[in-house]
Amino acid sequence: MRPMKFNFQDFLLKLKRSLGGLKFLKPKTKLDGETMHMAMEKRRAIAGYVFISPFLIGLLFFFLYPMVQSIIFSFHSIQIGTQGYEMTGAGFSNYYRAFMVHPTFRRVLVESILQMLTDVPLIIIFSFFAANLINQKFRGRAVARAIFFLPVILTSGIILAVENNDLLLGIMSGAIQQETAAGAVRALELRTLLLETRLHPRFVGYIIDAVDRLYEIVKASGVQILIFLAGLQTISPSLYEASTMEGATGWENFWKITFPMISPLILVNTVYTVIYSFTNPNNPVMEIIQNTAFAESRFGFSAAVAWVYFLVILGILGILIGIISRWVFYHE
Amino acid sequence: MKALTLAKAGQAIETREQRANWRHAVFFQAKKILWVTVRTIIVSGICFLILYPLVAKLSVSIMAERDLYDITVCYVPKHFTWDNYRIVWRYMGFPGTFFNSFWLSFTTGLLQVISCTLVGYGFARFDFPFKKLFFGMVIVMLVVPPSTIMVPLFLRFRFFDLFGLVKLISGNTINLIDTFWPFVLTSITGTGLRNGLYIYMMRQFFRGSPKELEESAYVDGAGPYKTFYYIMLPIAVPMMVTVFLFSFVWQWTDTFYTTLFLEKMMTLPTILSSLAVSINYQEFGTMATMSPAYASMLNNTGSVLVIFPLIVIYLIAQRYFVESIQRSGIIG
Repeated sequence: MRPMKFNFQDFLLKLKRSLGGLKFLKPKTKLDGETMHMAMEKRRAIAGYVFISPFLIGLLFFFLYPMVQSIIFSFHSIQIGTQGYEMTGAGFSNYYRAFMVHPTFRRVLVESILQMLTDVPLIIIFSFFAANLINQKFRGRAVARAIFFLPVILTSGIILAVENNDLLLGIMSGAIQQETAAGAVRALELRTLLLETRLHPRFVGYIIDAVDRLYEIVKASGVQILIFLAGLQTISPSLYEASTMEGATGWENFWKITFPMISPLILVNTVYTVIYSFTNPNNPVMEIIQNTAFAESRFGFSAAVAWVYFLVILGILGILIGIISRWVFYHE
Repeated sequence: MKALTLAKAGQAIETREQRANWRHAVFFQAKKILWVTVRTIIVSGICFLILYPLVAKLSVSIMAERDLYDITVCYVPKHFTWDNYRIVWRYMGFPGTFFNSFWLSFTTGLLQVISCTLVGYGFARFDFPFKKLFFGMVIVMLVVPPSTIMVPLFLRFRFFDLFGLVKLISGNTINLIDTFWPFVLTSITGTGLRNGLYIYMMRQFFRGSPKELEESAYVDGAGPYKTFYYIMLPIAVPMMVTVFLFSFVWQWTDTFYTTLFLEKMMTLPTILSSLAVSINYQEFGTMATMSPAYASMLNNTGSVLVIFPLIVIYLIAQRYFVESIQRSGIIG
């Protein structure tokens, strides 16, 4: 038998033939319209994959794989060594511990959900109002806009965390309230006034709370104002012109044009606010997750808490989206 | 005779109409003035709320400690001093840490803009199998709290390996903790801090831009990549600036990923989070503690130093904010 010789030219030819099976690599011949169209579509599909390929790699390596690992971790306890880590099975004990043993987890989780539920309507209403304000024409509008968006940069990450724990700023803002004729008394007056209107006491409490925490709400609404403002500017002025010609008042214009046109953005903003308040590292549940992992080295437990948290967020988002999308008007 | 009375009657009607018009105009004017006044008060009130903490921080940072206890001091210090800045500057390791933070935010910002633009364009303009599924993953990535994949990500970069190749060659995995590589790798692949949001923004932007431009390029024989590079990229610059701004600012103030991936290397937020404690330890030892007011003063000074570069960047780039988000048509 003759020894097999590797023939490069032969190899190339074979390769070409086998690749020829793939339509898009075929040498260009004269094609009729339909096949040309097909080829074009295939080329575009490939181009699409090329464009999103960085994301696909990242999705696999830095998102999906860690997600799966995190589920596995949550059922194990993990020891870290110099060469790698060891896992020993722990069943549901991590989950059990999160709910039954951990001293604060349940309370903190419920608290942060309640906090979020009270904040979201306030933030949405305020940012909508603010966006309407700075959408109007007045002198100094550019300056006002620049200031209204400042919270986007001023209240992110560490700056917010430092500010929240700050003693002096707390005292100074307390002083401001005292200067303006005793904030507590004023709030009391407002409360009695509101109670006299026979509103439900819980609702009154909510409004008082909103007034007291106005600064926090303003701080949290930077991006939402931006999104609402962008939406307001996409509403065509001819709609307003036409309805004013027909004799509609500004009030009617607001409820019949502005509000429905902007309603998809109410959904977007609600989702954004919920996600932001939950995944913000200053959130107490996030702090628990981070501390148990890195201060106490209980990685399995931390993963279990994180998964519980994630599922809770998903549930709440699902409910909220379900409720709000009933009211959303799509202009199409 | 008849004609005269008719004319008279006409005149009377005219004057009555004029009077009504005039009354209407006055009423309208009064309403307008009232609204302008109310609006000015509200807008300046909100501006005050937002700017107040910033001003308070600045004024505290140039006070001497005894001014804090002096009740007559209000915003304008009696004993003006740069001492706070001198101390904080030294303890934050200023030029070095500043450049760590700067290069980190700059590289991640740049890489994230590039990857998110590519991916966003891919999702906006091409049809390919599983597109909906992959775009759904972008949304899922937004919703998952980063703490869920925190531990696996940490372990991945602590014991980094490419399909076991590195271990095969050198017998050991690479430790990427305390380098920029975790940030670079996640940024290139569009899975870094809040990259889901940026991909979403870029996709909405490209979806909203006119198709005719690309079509004419295709007719002229340009392929998808050429079209993207020469036609679409120049249009997208304002949106890219916005994404860069977001990404820079959020990376600059982020403590989550920086504490996760960097242990010894210091960035501004990681130092700021423990600034007062470490100064206390160095100056007074473990036995004595400085007064909480003084600690807060140092924290505020540190915050000013962290915020200052952001404000400069914001002032330069803020006009892109609304314009680009508006053009992106987040409404979808």
